[in-house]
Amino acid sequence: MKSFFNKQHQKLIADPMGDQNPITIQVLGICSALAITTQLENALVMTLAVIFVMTSASSIISILRNHIPNRIRIIVQLLVVASLVALVDQILKAFLPDASEQLSVFIGLIITNCIIMGRLEAFAMGNKLWDSFLDALGNAFGYGWILVAVAFVRELFGSGKLMGYEVPGFSYLYELGYMNNNLMILPPMALIVVGLIIWMQRSRNNDLIEEN
Amino acid sequence: MDLVNIFIKGVFIDNMIFAYFLGMCSYLAVSKTVTTANGLGLAVIFVLGITVPVNYILENQILKAGALQWLGDNFVSVDLNVLSLIMFIAVVSAMVQLVEMIIEKFSPALYSSLGIFLPLIAVNCAILGGALFMQERQYSTIIEATSFALGSGVGWYLAIVAIAAIREKIRYSNVPAPLRGLGITYIITGLMGIAFMCFMGIKI
Repeated sequence: MKSFFNKQHQKLIADPMGDQNPITIQVLGICSALAITTQLENALVMTLAVIFVMTSASSIISILRNHIPNRIRIIVQLLVVASLVALVDQILKAFLPDASEQLSVFIGLIITNCIIMGRLEAFAMGNKLWDSFLDALGNAFGYGWILVAVAFVRELFGSGKLMGYEVPGFSYLYELGYMNNNLMILPPMALIVVGLIIWMQRSRNNDLIEEN
Repeated sequence: MDLVNIFIKGVFIDNMIFAYFLGMCSYLAVSKTVTTANGLGLAVIFVLGITVPVNYILENQILKAGALQWLGDNFVSVDLNVLSLIMFIAVVSAMVQLVEMIIEKFSPALYSSLGIFLPLIAVNCAILGGALFMQERQYSTIIEATSFALGSGVGWYLAIVAIAAIREKIRYSNVPAPLRGLGITYIITGLMGIAFMCFMGIKI
């Protein structure tokens, strides 16, 4: 009798957070991850949206997996994801209009976020409900922590704030001549910050190093 | 004149990769050699050039608030914008399927060179992004929308071919081991993005 939350289940959650991270290792879900990380708040909203869409989509597809004809599975998957994203879009417009305005098209682009399609295709199509749910949760969190880490660095150094609030110690630094690094706000810096995260991760775990 | 401006804007100033990070996944995954990058880039231009005008018609004849007027006065107040995401993605995946079938039928040579990339394009965010930007920016005619679509397609093409060429060369360089592959590609893309930012201030 398998337990409800055994070793294998822990692995499903833990792997995508570290050695199988969707952004730094699997190269999935990068598009949206980079564009919305200028502010921590946006990154958090995006992470929540992705966690919701991903866990629901994986569960739904996993329940339906034996009834989906193989030839049209991509369209079925896209439609399930698109309906969920439309739901999130409407909820955000109603309750968080500011965040919705700033995220603009990127909420819609969750549909084509390869992390969702990738996990549906690779995992939910062939596994049971609870396993698929955990896999989706793990991957969404793995995606989320990179997003939050990048947004933290960019907002802290780019505008000297966190979640839109001034950081306490910074006023002294400004008197000493410290200036905000406006380069951090610009889109290319997101790529470079992720590149540095990859560098750190891979120098800690040599198994992840690629062939040139 | 306007059309040329929209085109140039799509290629350089609002470059899909360097300004909006759209289609990053396939950009990073398929840019190992110039030949494959070339094939995928052309396929993206092609699919963008077809799906954006189709979505434009859909948006203006069906989805927009008041767009259903041609059905009769009762329909003037109908606003189907909620459905736009689902409609757009359905159009994109249907179009990709259709394009794949047409190419397979009429040009087997092109099909075998593009083959594996075509289905991938359905989930390339640059395609759906093109449709969503078209909706957001409210182009006034279908020709302007097409010009925008071709412009962003060409911009994407340029970006992926450029990075593929750089990656082919960098294979002979001594990159720090943990940065090899994905890491250095990110950083190079970032530097290319900074270079592309010099177009940002240009008003045309």
